[in-house]
Amino acid sequence: MAMAEQTTPKPVQAPKGGAAAGGAMARFFDGDVWHSFKNSPITVVAAVVTVTIFLAALFAPIVSPHDPYDLMLLDVMDSFMPPVWEADGDPRFLIGTDDQGRDMLSTIIYGSRASLFIGFASVLLSIVLGVGLGLVSGFRGGMVDAFIMRVAEIQLSFPTILIALLINGVLRGVFPVEQQADVAYAVLILSIGVSGWVQYARTVRGSTMVERSKEYVQAAHVIGIHPTLIALRHILPNVMGPVLVIATIHLAVAVISEATLSFLGVGVPPTEPSLGTLIRIGNDFLFSGEWWIAIFPGAALAILVLAVNLLGDWLRDALNPKLR
Amino acid sequence: MSEVMRTEASLSDTTMLEVSNLKRYFDVSRPFLNRVLEGAPRQILKAVNGIDFKIKKGETFSLVGESGCGKSTVARLIVGLYAPTEGKIEFEGRNIGGLSRREMAPLRRRLQMIFQDPYASLNPRWRVRDIIAEPLRAFDLESDEVGIERRVGELLSFVKLTPADGEKFPHEFSGGQRQRISIARALASQPDFLVCDEPTSALDVSVQAQILNLMKDLQREFELTYLFISHNLAVVYHISDRVGVMYLGQLAEVAPATTLFRDPRHPYTRMLLDTIPDLDMTGRQRMPVAGEVPNPITPPSGCSFHPRCPFATDRCKSEAPLPRDLGSEVFVACHGVEENRIPRGPVIDAPPALR
Repeated sequence: MAMAEQTTPKPVQAPKGGAAAGGAMARFFDGDVWHSFKNSPITVVAAVVTVTIFLAALFAPIVSPHDPYDLMLLDVMDSFMPPVWEADGDPRFLIGTDDQGRDMLSTIIYGSRASLFIGFASVLLSIVLGVGLGLVSGFRGGMVDAFIMRVAEIQLSFPTILIALLINGVLRGVFPVEQQADVAYAVLILSIGVSGWVQYARTVRGSTMVERSKEYVQAAHVIGIHPTLIALRHILPNVMGPVLVIATIHLAVAVISEATLSFLGVGVPPTEPSLGTLIRIGNDFLFSGEWWIAIFPGAALAILVLAVNLLGDWLRDALNPKLR
Repeated sequence: MSEVMRTEASLSDTTMLEVSNLKRYFDVSRPFLNRVLEGAPRQILKAVNGIDFKIKKGETFSLVGESGCGKSTVARLIVGLYAPTEGKIEFEGRNIGGLSRREMAPLRRRLQMIFQDPYASLNPRWRVRDIIAEPLRAFDLESDEVGIERRVGELLSFVKLTPADGEKFPHEFSGGQRQRISIARALASQPDFLVCDEPTSALDVSVQAQILNLMKDLQREFELTYLFISHNLAVVYHISDRVGVMYLGQLAEVAPATTLFRDPRHPYTRMLLDTIPDLDMTGRQRMPVAGEVPNPITPPSGCSFHPRCPFATDRCKSEAPLPRDLGSEVFVACHGVEENRIPRGPVIDAPPALR
């Protein structure tokens, strides 16, 4: 007791100095968002898993034991190796090899790199399209709004993957066969990105209509600021909050879409496989006993999507003042 | 509130703003398809339905009335947020009603507005210095960033804040402080005419007085002309030189503030004044507030006040009264006053709550 009393003055002063030096960082760690993060073990696990996969994907050349893209290093003799714990396992290949002798672990790391890159890029494209159109729609109103929203509703009445397939098909038709491998990434990003803008547009339109009638916007009108600048400088920063939440959940959806398209064979080329491509390759051998080729990429995809989704759900709740 | 102050204000006779037969209708009909399929009629809301007034240079003209009488619409019409459906708004003799953004540009600097809700009138994501500097940048009033910074500091001290407050965000301030920031922004472009749309109605009573006194000081210092919109009679009495009483998009009575409060002529004005609480507990007879403001989409026939007016006659029900000049700057739109059948006499002798 006596000791505790003696030491109390010191810890009281310590955080003060830290807060003064930390500034924004300290405010974040004192804030509600950090608090709700800390108190949700599932979210912490999801964040750790997500960050691990992101880092592994980002530093794939350093992390992965083999380079699956370098055809010179592949040996057909290594193909269809089972994981190490199986009877024929090879210690070089922790979870086995695929039909071309590529190390599964390395392919999955490189594959998640491809999946995440396409996911991020298409989410970014969706955000640019959706936020832009939503802002115009909500700010201008009238015929422009009616037109954009009808297009959005028509698109919404079709399954997203169907839209993506449609755009994919059209784009592939545009390019000659010999170029298709080069443009595969761009085609995927375009088709997934364009198929996902509607949700952003509807959310941003709604918030824009709320912000548009607020007095700070009218004040800018009275000063005579150009409407385009009002939309960009005043309204845009105030409608971006919900976009972050949608984007997180959309990232998981985009990764799934990419995997679906690649699984259907209209995705990235087999020489630079993504998770979806790997599952498709593995699918061919699933019934001939080489289960690891499909199961491990599938599990990686499931874990990645689940972790990102959990993060998105938490973010939505943490940023929603009504649920606090 | 002394008589001396009012006469001291030495109002010039130059008209700064003249509004004539100003109308603003809003189409509140159901969408086109509903009208066709359900046979719903077109519905027009006559928010402002033909009003006339003049504001002289250096004076404070107030518009009072219950919620929904169209006073805020008048404010928005004058600063150009709405275009008038009909009528003229003349600023120093030039019609500014319905000008395009470009045509309005040279006048914007001189015509600014203070808004009602201090929590909505400042962009929550901007620092105060950027909020106040926005007009400076828009009108190119300072040559460089150093000049802008100096001017923002100056404006903040005009409204009794410190230049260091410029670094903060709006949420770090109280309602009254936010309203000061809003005033500083309105003053940034050195305007001549300020439209104040209920600038104190969202504030605590103690803070209201501070803001009103600040506005009076600023008016004297910068020779400002105010159009002051409010539903609070005490506030209006405190700040106005002349008052217009609005009812359902029209002016019922326009009179100098002292005259209006001492000798209200229109039955509606008298009803409004009778709602002011009486701290002396004189137990005098009051005209009870009866009824509600009718729906402006379907206003009553004749005088729009007749369903609530104890003096209404058949003429009031059929014929709309026009504003009549009763001399000494008093204008009243009322058949009863014209026919001299409304009892006169001070309803209240300088309302105690306002003293």
